[in-house]
Amino acid sequence: MDRIDHAASELREMDDLAALSSPIHSLHPLAKLIVTILYIFLTVSFNKYDLSGLIVMLLYPVIAFSVSGIPIRTCFYKLRIVLPLVCAVGLFNPFFDRVPLLYIGNISVSCGVISMITLMLKGVFCLMASFILVATTTMDAICAALRKIHIPNMIVTLLLLTYRYISVMIDEVSIMTTAYKLRAPGQKGIHYSAWGSFLGQLLLRSMDRAEELYSSMQLRGFCGEFQYADVPPAKLIDYLYAVFAVGAFFLCRMVNIASFFGSIALGGSL
Amino acid sequence: MIRFEHVSCEYEKGQTVLNDLSFEIQNSDSVGLIGANGAGKSTLMKVLLGLLPYQGLITVDDLEVNKQNIKEIRRKLGFVLQNSDNQMFMPTVYEDVMFAPLNYGMSREKAEKRTDAVLAQLGLSDLKHRHNHKISGGEKRMAAIATVLAMEPDVLLMDEPTSALDPYNRRIVINTINALPNTKIITSHDLDMILDTCQKVILLSEGRIAAQGNAKEILINRELLEANRMELPLCFSQKY
Ligand SMILES: Nc1ncnc2c1ncn2[C@@H]1O[C@H](COP(=O)(O)OP(=O)(O)OP(=O)(O)O)[C@@H](O)[C@H]1O
Ligand SMILES: [Mg+2]
Repeated sequence: MDRIDHAASELREMDDLAALSSPIHSLHPLAKLIVTILYIFLTVSFNKYDLSGLIVMLLYPVIAFSVSGIPIRTCFYKLRIVLPLVCAVGLFNPFFDRVPLLYIGNISVSCGVISMITLMLKGVFCLMASFILVATTTMDAICAALRKIHIPNMIVTLLLLTYRYISVMIDEVSIMTTAYKLRAPGQKGIHYSAWGSFLGQLLLRSMDRAEELYSSMQLRGFCGEFQYADVPPAKLIDYLYAVFAVGAFFLCRMVNIASFFGSIALGGSL
Repeated sequence: MIRFEHVSCEYEKGQTVLNDLSFEIQNSDSVGLIGANGAGKSTLMKVLLGLLPYQGLITVDDLEVNKQNIKEIRRKLGFVLQNSDNQMFMPTVYEDVMFAPLNYGMSREKAEKRTDAVLAQLGLSDLKHRHNHKISGGEKRMAAIATVLAMEPDVLLMDEPTSALDPYNRRIVINTINALPNTKIITSHDLDMILDTCQKVILLSEGRIAAQGNAKEILINRELLEANRMELPLCFSQKY
């Protein structure tokens, strides 16, 4: 398969993942959305040197992945392009913040190193949690949930249309690269002399298509608001899940569980 | 009733695509819109749907096609696009077919029933939960037709409904069209299909009406057709 076709099918695989069934899949989208938002919020709020406290937050994505039956490696594979960017965020901290924070044997570990690791982990954890949400909930259900918490229609519709437009764009790239390759055999990639017209054509074609798609929506009664799939009312299990997860997150945020257990194990005081 | 009075249209200044068209289509008429490539058939449909600006007057049930009336007019018209890729935008066939009924305020339960009925009518029940990007060109064509039938429009506009269809599906579409009491405007290069489904024909040539009238009379007129870059329908030609 072509690289671009591969990208398209990878994007669509997200829909396939969301169509699987597992206890996490069957949870109410609003419950998942709220839990994810709170998780991200609390994870990000950890102090930049609080590595031991942050580590515990890994539990949620790990448990969620194993219960949903989606391998963690799928997440890392699909996010392979964003992950390095997220990890690069704190890369310069060790150079700016050289005050030693702790010693491992004779080696001093500076504040910068700890804050770099903390930042990276925060990014990775948040990505994992978002991935779990997107991989176990259809885009429609997420949008419906967003509308339920009164996110303006404009923003939600924009989100959904952008998501759909990406597939249209990838489709067009795929058609154009195939057509190009078939008439330029033996050539690797697209010759730089054709880049300009290729990009221009891509933009025009995908815009034309988007416009026609939009007409087709209007002709079928679309007036700016999608009729999202009915989200069934939340069940007891959804409430329990949300309350339990949010409670656990707060507990992890307020109490440094790792050092709590550490001090118990070492017999020391808190 | 649909009425065109001296309608002209151009995409770019000076490049007239429709040139002074006047005709009337009565309720429950089936009209075939034929003509060579680039004659202006798709443009005519788009103008009627209010998708392109025009000069002259177009009315649908005495409502002028303009910004004020467009919502009401579009509720009456169902349009099958020439390119089905541009018609389908929901993830699955089922959701796409259900899109219009839901938008027009039908309850989800009723919309589901309607969707199931239309898919069954076109023999598409197996495609129900398939992803739009994972079906063949012809299947997509059939699904696109289903999306419009589900709207239950008063007037059915179909831009080459049978292109890309195998003979079996083509026959299903013809039978479906014939079973509908609605007003129908059908564009096609498949003249045998036009003959099967339409009582009247409008022949377009370079944006003008070259002929209009009884379908059989026009479609058997070899000179007229050949003068406009067309041929006799296969059933009338003596080749085989
Ligand atoms: N978006 C556009 N911009 C400019 N010109 C256009 C555009 N779309 C169509 N045209 C021109 O308008 C004329 C009529 O096009 P139209 O699509 O209506 O033809 P058609 O009769 O439907 O042809 P076909 O049988 O090939 O579908 C053609 O000459 C075409 O080149
Ligand atoms: Mg056309």
